[in-house]
Amino acid sequence: MNPFSFLGRAFFKILSDCGGIFLFFLKSFIYSFFPPYRVKLLIKHMEFIGVKSWLVVILTSLFSGMVTAYQVNIALAKVGSQSILGGVVALTLTRELGPVLTAVVVIARAGSAISAELGSMRITEQIDALKIMAVNPIQYLMSPRLWAAIIVLPLLTAISDFVGITGGYIIGTFLLHIDPGLLTARMIDMVELKDIMSGIIKSIFFGAFLVVVCGYKGYYASGGAEGVGRATTEAVVISTVGILVSDYILTTLFF
Amino acid sequence: MLTIKELKKSFNGLEVLKGVNLFIPEGKVTFIMGQSGTGKSVLLKHIVGLLKPDSGEIWFENKDITKLSEKELQKIRRKIGFLFQEGALFDSLTVKGNIIFPLKEHFKMPKSEMEKTVEELLSAVDLLSAKDKYPSELSGGMKKRAALARTLALKPQVVLFDEPTTGLDPILQVSILDLIKSLKEKYNLTCVIVSHDLNLAFKFADYIAFLHEGIIIEVGTPEEIKASTNEFVKKFVESASL
Repeated sequence: MNPFSFLGRAFFKILSDCGGIFLFFLKSFIYSFFPPYRVKLLIKHMEFIGVKSWLVVILTSLFSGMVTAYQVNIALAKVGSQSILGGVVALTLTRELGPVLTAVVVIARAGSAISAELGSMRITEQIDALKIMAVNPIQYLMSPRLWAAIIVLPLLTAISDFVGITGGYIIGTFLLHIDPGLLTARMIDMVELKDIMSGIIKSIFFGAFLVVVCGYKGYYASGGAEGVGRATTEAVVISTVGILVSDYILTTLFF
Repeated sequence: MLTIKELKKSFNGLEVLKGVNLFIPEGKVTFIMGQSGTGKSVLLKHIVGLLKPDSGEIWFENKDITKLSEKELQKIRRKIGFLFQEGALFDSLTVKGNIIFPLKEHFKMPKSEMEKTVEELLSAVDLLSAKDKYPSELSGGMKKRAALARTLALKPQVVLFDEPTTGLDPILQVSILDLIKSLKEKYNLTCVIVSHDLNLAFKFADYIAFLHEGIIIEVGTPEEIKASTNEFVKKFVESASL
């Protein structure tokens, strides 16, 4: 295949995926306002995406906060500004690391499972069976998951922010011997409500994005067991890269 | 009851249905026969709107199914059941859960009545003892019976069966078709069965339609099919009697 043809095909595939994912989001979102309202399913998916992810989020955030504090301290020591360590760590976590790490953890744990589950339902005709039983499959499978992620991701992000800052505080106080009062004071000085809210708003977007991408890839999977595997891999890759790219875009919009 | 007119469908430039014309009579068992890969399942999926044709019409209750929106199709689908080849049971639910699912979705009935309906349907397909099992714990024949019970839960007028006997031993094949026939009488169903087993069709069909090279080449009672002068049908009948 000549390189222009290859690039052209790749471009149109990306374009078609983007359009498909956007339409899939619109359908999942709009159908959620029409009865039947699936509250039980919403709670079930909130438990799956949120409750079952909190421990991984805590572990990831704790060590990320600790390592961030350790590395930032080295840099700050060179310019003699170790006193602002607490503020820098808190800003990094609330603005960027908290929402992004939480989203990546949820993609790995829940997003991949959503893609594999829907893909498996697609190839075993269970999605067609829903249609045959006069049930709207997108409303049944996607709308509750979309809202579950929108509700749960900010909560997980808040936990992640708190635990990460605590990790930084522990390293700053016990390993780097910075005065705890100074650490806390700088955090309060430097972090504004806007910083925390920007991370929380990002996490709402990330929640919707990761669920829609993973759901879309699974929902339209084809090609048997291999196809489900391929769909899951694509879902994880696209949603992870997409979140990092959109994080940059959202950051430039917020600040 | 169901009338299919000039139905055409292509996949990636390959024309699978080239103008299918077929009438499905009410309250009868119609077999759609043909070689593997001739588009029998494709035809069936058009009848419930899972696939949209390139052109043609499918009339049911004075409505052309091919022109209906997804919302309108939902109303039609409550009247036309579909039994998938592999059953398509929800693997996260037990047999009982699978049957309760459409009842919960479409009927507001007390739990006790729901339980009673499930018991009645499972008794009808002789699967009461497996009501708490998951699909992965069932044999092929049991899966098909469970799927049939789930299909009947919505009280359809028409049931479409996509190769209901494929993958089963001869005794189970006959027992499944016996079951379909008895349920047809009990619930006054119109049955459309896709198969390539002509011997079973001769035993159970009221009418047999032959799909070959994208069109229906012959329709008739089993006796008429046996006496057909069409070359392909004759060859098919001869092969089946070997």
